[in-house]
Amino acid sequence: MAFAAFGSGSAKEHKSPTKSSRIVLALLMPGLVYLGLFFFTPLFSLVVTSLEAPAASGGIGEYEYGFQWQNYVEVVTTYMPQILRSFLYASIATIIALLVSYPLAYFIGVKLRTRPMLQRLMLVLVIAPFFISFLLRTIAWKQIFSDGGALMQFAYSTGLMDKSQHFLGTDAAVIFGLTYNFIPFMTLPLFTTLERFDVRLLEAGSDLYANPAAVFRKITLPLSMPGIISGTLLVFIPIAGDYVNAGQNFLGSSKTSMIGTIVDTEFLQTQNYPIASALSVMLMAVIVALVSLYVRSSGTEDLL
Amino acid sequence: MKRFSIGRLTLPAYSFLAMAFMLIPIVYTIVFSFNDSKQRTNTQWQGFTLDKWLGVCNKQEVCSALGNSIFIGVVSTLIATILGTALAIGLVRYKFKAKALVNLALFLPMATPEVVLGAGLAGLFFNAGVGAGMPTVIIAHVVFCLSFVVVTVKARVQTLDPVLEEAGRDLYANPSQVFWKITFPLLLPGIISAALLSFSLSFDDFIITYFNSGSVETFPKYVYVAAARGVPAEANVIASAVFLAAILIVLATQINGAFKRKRLAKK
Repeated sequence: MAFAAFGSGSAKEHKSPTKSSRIVLALLMPGLVYLGLFFFTPLFSLVVTSLEAPAASGGIGEYEYGFQWQNYVEVVTTYMPQILRSFLYASIATIIALLVSYPLAYFIGVKLRTRPMLQRLMLVLVIAPFFISFLLRTIAWKQIFSDGGALMQFAYSTGLMDKSQHFLGTDAAVIFGLTYNFIPFMTLPLFTTLERFDVRLLEAGSDLYANPAAVFRKITLPLSMPGIISGTLLVFIPIAGDYVNAGQNFLGSSKTSMIGTIVDTEFLQTQNYPIASALSVMLMAVIVALVSLYVRSSGTEDLL
Repeated sequence: MKRFSIGRLTLPAYSFLAMAFMLIPIVYTIVFSFNDSKQRTNTQWQGFTLDKWLGVCNKQEVCSALGNSIFIGVVSTLIATILGTALAIGLVRYKFKAKALVNLALFLPMATPEVVLGAGLAGLFFNAGVGAGMPTVIIAHVVFCLSFVVVTVKARVQTLDPVLEEAGRDLYANPSQVFWKITFPLLLPGIISAALLSFSLSFDDFIITYFNSGSVETFPKYVYVAAARGVPAEANVIASAVFLAAILIVLATQINGAFKRKRLAKK
């Protein structure tokens, strides 16, 4: 039993190195083997599938291995709009989420330090959306923004919007939904960083005659970077792969399809596994590139 | 006395407004669980009723989907929590060469878009000739819950003082006693919050489940399919009930924690 073995060693004293390495193995191996089997193998299998060609027998959904790199060319040429749209939506939503979350995280993490009860309550409220179905939250927004809803009726009657215009189904509606759904993933890491922020540095800054803007730019912002970077990753990545918000039954329309929409259709409906896999591999490649940029700048210890 | 100024109020006012905005769809969903909607859809307010709450299982699909989601959530959380706690302890307490690599291997599942993991696993099961069903959903859920368990428990292990375990050993406790009487109870709050997080991730997952569940219906899958023709108020009832239960648990642990800290502060 791995847990029982754990008691015999601590970080400070490892009398016999062989014994401690046995314990490390016992603790880490089950989880790592699991990830190897059900995380890394599927990714590898995606790469293999993405290079498959239709089988000679010609059945739907039947493919065989053949170094069909043209699949990637096909994906890029056919689905360029969806690829660009996914990353554009993700970029805009990430920036808005950062702008909305930063003051909020600053307020909870720095200003509310003197009131721990209120601070805890606000934190619970930040994560509250996690506890109610993601799909129903999105459907709630859909109904709030529906043409017959009070909000749109107000926009129509005041002339803010023309009767022929709709909010649902537009890029703006999808970006709104994506931003809303992923804001807590930005607020939490920002809060974690700002909570540890030493406010005496601000006083030092103003004592040295820096104006508030300079204090923010030279002290607060650089020290918030770890939170900004991990928040950005945690928001950008899931948004780039999401397709629920952009779905026609949710906030989007046929004009807002994203990478995920295509993977879903190609995989589950047309059973074109190589094309679905090639798109997934491309998306994953972009994400891995982003993560490695992060690792290069901050190391791996802060990742988790 | 601090001088009164509008500027001083901007940040708190903004923060409370932002919070209120975040809560809008939650309030909306809960309010519409009391809607006396006669049709299949639940879009227009038609008066208050408790019928949907009292007769939630009259819509049998909703209730059986909920049952499946709870079962999947409990089993995958159990597996993910055991594997993840072991990983967290190993990562914090021991030095080894491949630590950076292990950290990266644990971060990548969190950084993988759901659609990629969903399609990858579905392809793997398909190629291996394993039909999609309850086991494949559970296997998939453990993958994305595991890393979140590690992060949460790791934070707790880092606050643990190894001296306490040394004291136990000095008093002739054997390794298993040290673990179960000292380490485990001290880690328990972290393990519980990790399990709660894992359960809520599993319970709310749609995309990965959609790719790997075959004919198994879960609550999010039910809502997704129903969205095409109108989601019944019963779905709002379930989501609201789960929300209220979760908030109660979280508030209880927070208040309990605050009291403990106060007692410690007094000593």
